[in-house]
Amino acid sequence: MTNARIPVLPRGVRMHFDKVRGQNVLLAPERTLFLDETGHAILSEVDGQRSIAEIARHLAALYNAPEEAIASDIVEFVDDLADKRVMEFADA
Amino acid sequence: MRDAVPVPPPIAMLAELTHRCPLSCPYCSNPVELTARQKELDTATWLDVFQQAADMGVLQVHISGGEPASRRDLVDLVKGARDAGLYVNLITSGVGLTDARLHELDAAGVDHIQLSLQGITAESADWIGGYKGAFKRKMVVADKIAEIGFPLTLNAVMHRHNLDDLPEMINMAKRLGARRIEVACVQFQGWALKNRGMLQPTREQVDTAKRVVARAREEERGTLVFDFVPPDYYADFPKACMGGWGSTGLNITPDGRVLPCHAAETIPSLTFQSVAEASLSDIWYRGAAFAAYRGTDWMPDICQGCDRRDIDFGGCRCQAMAVAGDAAAADPVCRKSPHRPLVDATLETEARRSGSGEFAYRKFA
Repeated sequence: MTNARIPVLPRGVRMHFDKVRGQNVLLAPERTLFLDETGHAILSEVDGQRSIAEIARHLAALYNAPEEAIASDIVEFVDDLADKRVMEFADA
Repeated sequence: MRDAVPVPPPIAMLAELTHRCPLSCPYCSNPVELTARQKELDTATWLDVFQQAADMGVLQVHISGGEPASRRDLVDLVKGARDAGLYVNLITSGVGLTDARLHELDAAGVDHIQLSLQGITAESADWIGGYKGAFKRKMVVADKIAEIGFPLTLNAVMHRHNLDDLPEMINMAKRLGARRIEVACVQFQGWALKNRGMLQPTREQVDTAKRVVARAREEERGTLVFDFVPPDYYADFPKACMGGWGSTGLNITPDGRVLPCHAAETIPSLTFQSVAEASLSDIWYRGAAFAAYRGTDWMPDICQGCDRRDIDFGGCRCQAMAVAGDAAAADPVCRKSPHRPLVDATLETEARRSGSGEFAYRKFA
């Protein structure tokens, strides 16, 4: 189950609010990713404790949106970050 | 009056704390005229520069040199940069970093370490770095970095004499648990330009390296990220140097001059302001050196009318200076450049050489 995976930001990857640009960014080795609202909402829930499914359930309730669509957005987002080596998955 | 395009704030700053270094690599990116220790900025000035940088929108500081560990106040500077709100990337040869110092740097908040690699064996690496014993010490430091758990990028500087070892370099990155490897083929400025005949790879080497990187990129997906800087003399189009002059990054020299890129001082028509005479923000937004090649107005017609104008921004100004003698020319590696024959002639001569000879090692005048 891919939605059972628990995403976690590895050491050296952190969110930061850029006051000058008024924007949330993800700071990582040799890389700065400017986050849109969706990305920021997802990363704000990534705590190394909860699975993708749990985060999806929480965000679905919060934004009154379909849970399945949100889960698939999260999978796409975290898998892309994992390819870039700025996201990992906690051991089950 | 033309429409003023707003200048964006810089994202990254390269802080060259010092030109001192135990190694003397013949492709060092420091200028040929090195700055002596007595002229280096003091601790308080660097801390102020970090704060100014963060206040104007810089997000990442790349703390480099020379060897930044040659500065006794390195730990304080790292801490100050973190306190200012910057992401701290330490760019080091590893030589001179002790176990105790690494732990202090960990506590001070180093976010990421970029470790340079000159070669895959002691014999080759020590010859290239001009320092016997450097490789052995570097390997001890590399293991310690992995043990502490710093995110690691291995910066493999590649050229004629080690490009064939690329697969072993990739294996080393994996063994050390690096998340990234930069396969950085030497760019010919400064010291590297002096040693170009010795460093220039052959076309066969470059073609093989491209295949090795492409295959490894697939095999290591999700494990190791590749950043490949190919040797641009062999390219058809120039690199997007600095992502465009004065658009995303700036560089501070050990004595506080503020440059649009580390090699900008090779352009004799430019004068550079120091952090002692103006604020960083003033220099970035209003300095003449930053305005010189910012945007597209400065470009020659062949760049202005080119569909790659906003992709590679005319390439590297310093390379145009070095090869064509004109910093406002199109980068001579470009197939469309009238100066491309100069690059081809150089390749013709240099790639035919045996590659044997002596390096002109980097040294203080």
